[in-house]
Amino acid sequence: MSIKYSKDHEWLVIDGNIGTVGISNHAQEELGDIVFVELPQVGDIVGQGDEICVIESVKAASEVLAPCSGRVIEINEVLDSNPQVINQSAEEEGWFYRLEISDFASLSELMDSEAYETFLLAGEE
Amino acid sequence: MKSIAALDCSNEFVSRHIGPSDKDIAYMLETLGFESIDQLMSLTIPDNIRVDNALNFGSMSEAQALCALQKMSAKNISMKSLIGLGYHDTHTPSVILRNLLENPGWYTAYTPYQAEISQGRLEALLNFQQVVMDLTAMPMANASLLDEGTAAAEAMTLMMRVGKSKSKCFFVAVDCLPQTIAVVLTRAEPLGIDVHIGDPLTDLEKLDVFGALLQYPNVDGEIHDYREVAECLHKAGGLLAVAADPMALVLLSPPGEWGADIVVGSTQRFGVPLGFGGPHAAFMACREEYKRQIPGRVIGVSSDKDGKVAFRMALQTREQHIRREKATSNICTAQVLLANVASMYCVYHGPKGLEQIAQRIHLMLKILVSQLREAGVSVRNTSFFDTIVFDTLGAEAVHKRAMDKGYNLRVIGAEAVGLSVNETTTFDDIKELVKVIINRVSREEPLVNCNLSASEGIPHALVRQSAILTHPIFNKYHSETAMMRYMRVLEEKDLALNRAMIPLGSCTMKLNAASEMMPITWAGFSKVHPFAPLNQTEGYQELIADLENKLCQITGFSGISLQPNAGSQGEYAGLLTIRAYHKSRGEDDRDVCLIPSSAHGTNPASAVMSNMKVVIVECDADGDVNLSDLREKVALHKRKLAAIMVTYPSTHGVFEEGIREICQIVHDAGGQVYMDGANLQAMVGICLPGHFGPDVMHLNLHKTFCIPHGGGGPGVGPIAVANHLCPFLPTTPLSLLTSEGMGIGPISSAPWGSASILPISWAYIAMMGGSGLTKATQVSILSANYIAKKLSNHFDILFTGSNGLVAHECIIDTRKIQSKAKITVDDVAKRLMDYGFHSPTMSWPVAQTFMVEPTESEPLEEIDRFCEAMILIAGETEKIASGEWPNNDNPLVNAPHTAEYLMADTWTHPYTRKQAAFPNGEMSVSKYWPTVGRIDNAAGDRSLVCSCPPIESYMVGG
Ligand SMILES: Cc1ncc(COP(=O)(O)O)c(C=O)c1O
Repeated sequence: MSIKYSKDHEWLVIDGNIGTVGISNHAQEELGDIVFVELPQVGDIVGQGDEICVIESVKAASEVLAPCSGRVIEINEVLDSNPQVINQSAEEEGWFYRLEISDFASLSELMDSEAYETFLLAGEE
Repeated sequence: MKSIAALDCSNEFVSRHIGPSDKDIAYMLETLGFESIDQLMSLTIPDNIRVDNALNFGSMSEAQALCALQKMSAKNISMKSLIGLGYHDTHTPSVILRNLLENPGWYTAYTPYQAEISQGRLEALLNFQQVVMDLTAMPMANASLLDEGTAAAEAMTLMMRVGKSKSKCFFVAVDCLPQTIAVVLTRAEPLGIDVHIGDPLTDLEKLDVFGALLQYPNVDGEIHDYREVAECLHKAGGLLAVAADPMALVLLSPPGEWGADIVVGSTQRFGVPLGFGGPHAAFMACREEYKRQIPGRVIGVSSDKDGKVAFRMALQTREQHIRREKATSNICTAQVLLANVASMYCVYHGPKGLEQIAQRIHLMLKILVSQLREAGVSVRNTSFFDTIVFDTLGAEAVHKRAMDKGYNLRVIGAEAVGLSVNETTTFDDIKELVKVIINRVSREEPLVNCNLSASEGIPHALVRQSAILTHPIFNKYHSETAMMRYMRVLEEKDLALNRAMIPLGSCTMKLNAASEMMPITWAGFSKVHPFAPLNQTEGYQELIADLENKLCQITGFSGISLQPNAGSQGEYAGLLTIRAYHKSRGEDDRDVCLIPSSAHGTNPASAVMSNMKVVIVECDADGDVNLSDLREKVALHKRKLAAIMVTYPSTHGVFEEGIREICQIVHDAGGQVYMDGANLQAMVGICLPGHFGPDVMHLNLHKTFCIPHGGGGPGVGPIAVANHLCPFLPTTPLSLLTSEGMGIGPISSAPWGSASILPISWAYIAMMGGSGLTKATQVSILSANYIAKKLSNHFDILFTGSNGLVAHECIIDTRKIQSKAKITVDDVAKRLMDYGFHSPTMSWPVAQTFMVEPTESEPLEEIDRFCEAMILIAGETEKIASGEWPNNDNPLVNAPHTAEYLMADTWTHPYTRKQAAFPNGEMSVSKYWPTVGRIDNAAGDRSLVCSCPPIESYMVGG
């Protein structure tokens, strides 16, 4: 099981053909207090880069893009009533949804932890 | 030696309106190192757009202007208008008229962005939402929209967004208000929505639509049972919006109880004067599921840091300030002042009082109907609340007899007449109307034993069963003493212009002079129905024509439409005008709208509503539109380029040198230039936008031309256009004016939008004259530069023109001190409250900074007091940075300090109570006390509550 990141600050943990998706801790910090998440529905077919979630914080509202293509098989219902979980544990408890990955080729565009760190540092300059 | 010229006092108002005296002005110029104001102007404003003596009309004294207005108002013939069509005469309770509508404590406040100093009007708005929720029986409501027509249009687009249906077809009942249908059609066309107009009882089930709009009761007064229609529509996957009359809902089964997904309407008849069409507060209520999709502001309940209940605007991040082209709507300025009149009307009358009023209206009509029927008149209605249509062979003669007696009835055709009874209709009126309609002298006492058969009027199945206004707020303040005090208590909580400078950038919070305000509630202006015959409204026509003429002179354009009810609506109308122009030349596919990254959020939101594709143009480091990026984007989209939307002076508060070039580049590619005129304040009398490139601009009369902000509306956002766009200006609903032709459809319900507040701008222009208006511009630029200079030793001034000068506002960059002290822009804004100030515009257009706009009306003393406060706060941040005060316990993070907080028995903070409350060391008796501490925004947005909280929560402190 390894964690990968997209340039848009989503993370993806892959276990066999199942991926778990959320937003990075960095994204969580940037957004501030998260107040609402609109999740996809189980069964939705998503393509890499599709806007499939909306996330609202006290500072901003933004779309969350799908880091890879697949079919949604589970959503984290805790987020409905308790969106602040994302602030507390963005990369574990605060996962958004799980999907059956349909296109593994597209995963090559994602970064590993180290590359993502470098990417963040580059962005700061 | 005094000459006869000494008798002239025609420019006396100029020195009343402009805060700094000539001596102050000289001092301010000296501080900046200039010899004259002209020198300052020539260094601030690019040579290639500056003109001399642009405006050469004269001025009037206050007394002269009032006299001229009096004469115009007298030319509006005062009639009892029973036209209906969504506008009904009403009694504004005098206690509300005097203590709210005519009270600067209420009308000079801004939109309640700074919730801690806005608890009064937030409470009133929450009451408004509660009224709407109760009457419609919906779980959620917003805090006003611009008018019923635009509310219906917003309902349509909301249903398209949230609905599951893939259909692009929308159904509108043919018996909706005609102006509502017209506005919906205008809104639908660019979005490719196919509007089907028909009879909901017969046509709807055959159609595949994503939604439908019904009117309840319908335009002719009929009250249909739509339960089956709703069910059938839902089964087919469509959603239902109902436009409803809130007065009728007092007695009728509410749409929320029979299947409506959205309910819209106007609260005008709850005490808001007719005013020739506006301003009035429309509303929208919806299902819980759509709460994050509802357009406009929503007031929510949260708590402050001590756990005390506090109100705030909720879900702000959905708005166009953040969502931009993804926003759900472009609405920004709404109708807060009028919403508050309506909400107070309900507080004052309470459920019983409202029921009495509604019953009285209904009974009046019942008596009339029974008399008419007895006399053989065929009344078409099988049901009614306050409106009927009757057949007659001589409609014209009926209208003539009615007018002779002082009544306007609704014109329908040669063989039918419509009539709506309202709160002001008396028993004598009914007697008179019977005579007028049946045209014979009736019996001595015609109405004593009329036969009011129980089956008439409201259908049994649609009689309201559920209670309304059960919350204690609506059951307490029924004596005038109690009511007066309630409004006073709320007013006290808020910081408005009658207390302190409100230096909000891009908002132009200038004086709203009493002489400008007085005429709006004179009967000659306030009692006029928007669809009254034109020959009864000559005073309005005269005022409007003169105002249009002056605004054309001021902007350098040739045509104008006063219809838009806010800047956002002006943007939308202007873009549609551009679109119609391109179409007329066969260039239908021009649909790209360039928008600089610094633009106000309403710009991209309006572009999307006009079905344009937004392409962002970058700004360079000094804040100007990046010309090479502009050229690149223009080249890329050349044949598809529709328009650019530029704000001038820019939202960064600078007169960009390249403005002519920007316009040229876009024109060369066949595009049009839309100018956002929110900053016209900096140009009046000094440059003419119509002469340096733009093709169309909107003005915010509620900024530059003195209409007060009302705590978040009303507004007037006219568009001025160049000659070639004149044919495409919006047409008027109900074709009141003949020149239809190629114009875009109506974008507001009323022909002249918010006509009754136009006297404010008229009076301002008349009393200032051309030279006074020019001086106002000069002083506002001077004051902004004076502030920039005074603060420049302590903060960076973010953007300036080539000579280091700003326009009428400046961006104060507080980021350095904030990061040193590890505090936020919020902390500074809230600390300003302790100093008695409303924060400047926060985090816009640049995050974590302040944009300051003093306006010409602020006296030098007040400007100095503001600068002193900012400088003292900079000093306070140093104490935090140096460690003298901890990061988590200092006067900034704890701000604002309420009296309650400071009176606590124990005080454990590292600064004194006096430092907290009287930071400049002076114990001023006129100190403004915030009534709640820092509000928890996150908690309020996580669990949204937009109804009145339990009564106990009002008790503490308050
Ligand atoms: C630059 C700019 N454009 C547009 C608007 C929108 O105007 P309104 O609130 O009247 O819709 C504003 C208002 O704050 C503004 O500052």
